[in-house]
Amino acid sequence: MSRFREHGFLLSLLGVIVAAAATPLLLGNPSLREELFLVLMLATLASSLNIIMGYTGYVSFGHIVFFGLGGYFAFYLMQTYQWNFVAAALAAALPSCVIALLIGMPILRLRGAYFALATIGINEATRSFVNNFDPFGGAVGMFFNFSVYDAYGGARNAAQLAYVGMLAVALAAIVTSYAIKRSKFGLALLAIREDQDVAMVVGVRPARAKVTAYVISAFFPSLAGAIFFFKNGIIEPGPAFDLLRSIEALVMVMLGGIGTLAGPVIGAALYEELRGLLITNETLSSLHLFVAGVVLLVVVLFVTAGIIGTVRQRFPPLRRYVQ
Amino acid sequence: MKHIRWAGLVLALTGIVASACGGTTTPAPAGGGTTAPAAGGPTVTKDLIIGFSASQTGAQNVASKKQTEGIQLWVDDVNKAGGIKLKDGTVLKPQIKFYDDESKTDRVQQLYTKLINDDKVDFLLSPYSSGLVKAAAVVSEQNGKVMITAGGADDATMEQGFKYIYQVYTPASKYLTGAIDLIGKLDPSIKKIAIVNEKDSFSTSVVQAAQPYATGKGFQVVLSEGYDTGTKDFAPFINKIIAAAPDAIVGGGHFDDGTTFAKQLYEKKVNARVIALLVAPPEPTFADIGDAAQYIIGPSQWETQVKYSAEAAKSANLPYYGLTAKDFTDRYTTKYSAPPSYHSAGGYAAGQVLQKALEDAGSTDPEKVRAALDKMDLMLFYGHVKFSTDAKTHGKQIAHDMVYVQWQKDSYTNRLATQIVWPPEAKSADAQLRK
Amino acid sequence: MSLDALVASSIDGLMLGFLYGLAAMGLTLIFGVMRVINLSHGPVIALGMFVILELTTRFGINPYLALVLALAIGLAFGVVIYFVAVQRVINAPELTTLLATFSVNLMIIGLGTVIWTTSPRAVNVSLGSVSAGAVTILGTHAVAVAIAIAVTIGLYVFLYRTRPGKSIRAVANNRAAAELMGIDSNAVLALSFGLGTMLAMASGGLLATLFSFTILSGGTYETKSFVIVVLGGLGNPTGALLGGVLLGLLEGVATIAMPVGWVPVFEYVIFVLILLLRPRGLLGPRA
Repeated sequence: MSRFREHGFLLSLLGVIVAAAATPLLLGNPSLREELFLVLMLATLASSLNIIMGYTGYVSFGHIVFFGLGGYFAFYLMQTYQWNFVAAALAAALPSCVIALLIGMPILRLRGAYFALATIGINEATRSFVNNFDPFGGAVGMFFNFSVYDAYGGARNAAQLAYVGMLAVALAAIVTSYAIKRSKFGLALLAIREDQDVAMVVGVRPARAKVTAYVISAFFPSLAGAIFFFKNGIIEPGPAFDLLRSIEALVMVMLGGIGTLAGPVIGAALYEELRGLLITNETLSSLHLFVAGVVLLVVVLFVTAGIIGTVRQRFPPLRRYVQ
Repeated sequence: MKHIRWAGLVLALTGIVASACGGTTTPAPAGGGTTAPAAGGPTVTKDLIIGFSASQTGAQNVASKKQTEGIQLWVDDVNKAGGIKLKDGTVLKPQIKFYDDESKTDRVQQLYTKLINDDKVDFLLSPYSSGLVKAAAVVSEQNGKVMITAGGADDATMEQGFKYIYQVYTPASKYLTGAIDLIGKLDPSIKKIAIVNEKDSFSTSVVQAAQPYATGKGFQVVLSEGYDTGTKDFAPFINKIIAAAPDAIVGGGHFDDGTTFAKQLYEKKVNARVIALLVAPPEPTFADIGDAAQYIIGPSQWETQVKYSAEAAKSANLPYYGLTAKDFTDRYTTKYSAPPSYHSAGGYAAGQVLQKALEDAGSTDPEKVRAALDKMDLMLFYGHVKFSTDAKTHGKQIAHDMVYVQWQKDSYTNRLATQIVWPPEAKSADAQLRK
Repeated sequence: MSLDALVASSIDGLMLGFLYGLAAMGLTLIFGVMRVINLSHGPVIALGMFVILELTTRFGINPYLALVLALAIGLAFGVVIYFVAVQRVINAPELTTLLATFSVNLMIIGLGTVIWTTSPRAVNVSLGSVSAGAVTILGTHAVAVAIAIAVTIGLYVFLYRTRPGKSIRAVANNRAAAELMGIDSNAVLALSFGLGTMLAMASGGLLATLFSFTILSGGTYETKSFVIVVLGGLGNPTGALLGGVLLGLLEGVATIAMPVGWVPVFEYVIFVLILLLRPRGLLGPRA
């Protein structure tokens, strides 16, 4: 019983997500499933971003680069060597994380705005590079011969399997985020966020902790990218390394509550629902970017702690239950 | 006070969400709504929902608009004539449903999924531009919906063994081969060619076919490079081209970069004797760049002066279907106060192809329609249309030809206009070398 | 690699570099004064292009005269952005101001797309050209460079010879001290932000006389501005101008030296390397 109380919030959160995710499968509603697929993917991105940004305080603007890298490596394995998507996704996470390690070590030495700019530079450099890199299809990108989906029992089945896969990745990301938050490692990250120099004095090894956090935060987007592009059947440099999507993930984290557990998930769900509503609405569709900007500004100016953060601030008794 | 701010925020958000919900488009009735039979017979009228995405914003905006207009004109013409009449007496009333894909591939995939699952379309047409068509084809095929594509010429898309996708445009591999033939005929002393292209799937496909064709015909390719989509400043690149001293320059990309490139070639006084660019020259608004447009050649899927007609069809032993080229041009110009481009013709032709397939199939059953499409071999105002039935290239367009236009100054009025200069059997004027 | 092409491209690149530098100066000025990276920089540049478009097509004003108006509009617009989005969070951590200015970015692009759609637009200016061997210099380019230099000189005169200018430099140096000296830092910050957007709009306006554009065109120039301000040293306007010219030159030369598709990769790699190896840039931040 006490175990439940201790991890109550996490289990409830996971339960809600699984229940929501199961709905389209039970109802046989492919459209809803597609929407939730996107929400789960964004929740993964946002939760991972939260690890480096919320816990460690390093604003990674170009975080989408790992999403794209995971997508490309996995796609390559699936297309050239006919690997199945689960194996390809896991295998692709490896070079992705190695790259995160190699990049992380130098750029995490930078502070604040310089770090943010560096992450943008890395994303753009990678995108331009892939744009010229013929084994990955260059500007044309890669796409599946349809028979690839036969191994999964057809394209429709493959889409469902991808959905379950994305759900698994999202759950894993959230559980990891929780585990970090409750661990000594997480405490070290928070210390670095607050004041890196003092943290050093207290015995934290900032360089090592930061890089570890960065690598972990690259792992899940990489898996998400692999599954996303597997389902799409096409991968191109522009959509794979989309800087706007990267910044939208940032907005989701802020909207939901930076540094919280449920925040990124709620932020992702809300933002995507809002965007979905706007895009398919004739009058407002052309305004969706404008509305997104207004929402962001309002959040940044008035609701800095995001939804979850504000709830925790306003209702102290709930703090134990809502993270 | 804080509460007021909170309330305001909640109200604002609610307001946005509410207006979004309240303002949704009136949903077109799901395919299959029936009305009472018309007097005098067992005629059943059904709505035929046709879905696609259009690039109302984004880089492909200009050409996409023309394509949508073509499709819209077809729908209007069909409904004015009473609908598509099937053999069993059913009358189909086409209605289109489309959304803005912002010229983005992931938007296309989301929207096509929505069209198929939410809007329950019966058949699909494609967006404009090969990259977006590719994205739509994947979704369409995944869901077993027949899609007629206009605006997508990329070969690779049609070599994936798709079963439900049918291509109306001449494939990209044939875009510049005619231009190279034209160059050889126009001035046999031309030996050096520079091939420059936008780095996207369509333009890359075109040059991948054009380059070996050129070397095969004895030309020397002195430069072959791709520039990033969205390049505005071609000056350093043009310097490089000048240094390679080509006699002819072929390539380009889409409308915006093609037009900018042509303009800057003129400003930099590049003295290539022939310049052939993709997509941009056949557009009437290409002439906005003024004198820079003169002598530029461009491949076109269709031009108003084409000679496809019932007579031409008879001499080719093909059935002719639909209106004449002149009728199309007149009706389009009346409706939209601007002449049609080949993008418009492609849109209209895609509609016609679907219409004929439905008439031949006698039903809206996808498999029967597919069978009808596989057998189709006819001539439209747009040209000869026939699809490959080979397993690997199924649905690829194998009969339609490109024509090549060149902007020339009328010797009397000194105004710029396009003339068809190739192939010889279709031309309206001789090609001219750049001076 | 032909020498002719190299010389021609170097000159082309150098000239364009002045325009890049002008835009980057705006970005770096704002950062230097208030440590805010203005993520609405790109759309403001694009707005500059549209201001010129509207003034020339609707009112028939000569594009270069319209530019003067654009300067005023840019200044006013920047002040408005400051009061709406930035003032409240001026002392907050970087992420907050980054996101605040980014929200303005989204708003400008969102509205701009509705008003002007994303069809390419152009302002047609023809001023002939001058050729000397392999080098052809277009009149429009030369005039644009001249105006960019004029604006830069104007900026320096303002910063060093006028009271408001000196106040700006004081606040940039040490805001608390400047306040103690009686300077209204709020007004100064607003003015600085306005100056920053003014420079961005000016750059956009000049670019409009050279190339076609859409509301999204600002994006590439914004990224180039990032590269330049890092090259030149964040907060240092001279550095930004020099960085711009240098970047333009590099771009021109690189186009000749490598397949043109690789030039952006080259640029971004340099960007990251400078951030890692010499984050202070060539000239370092203004003291």
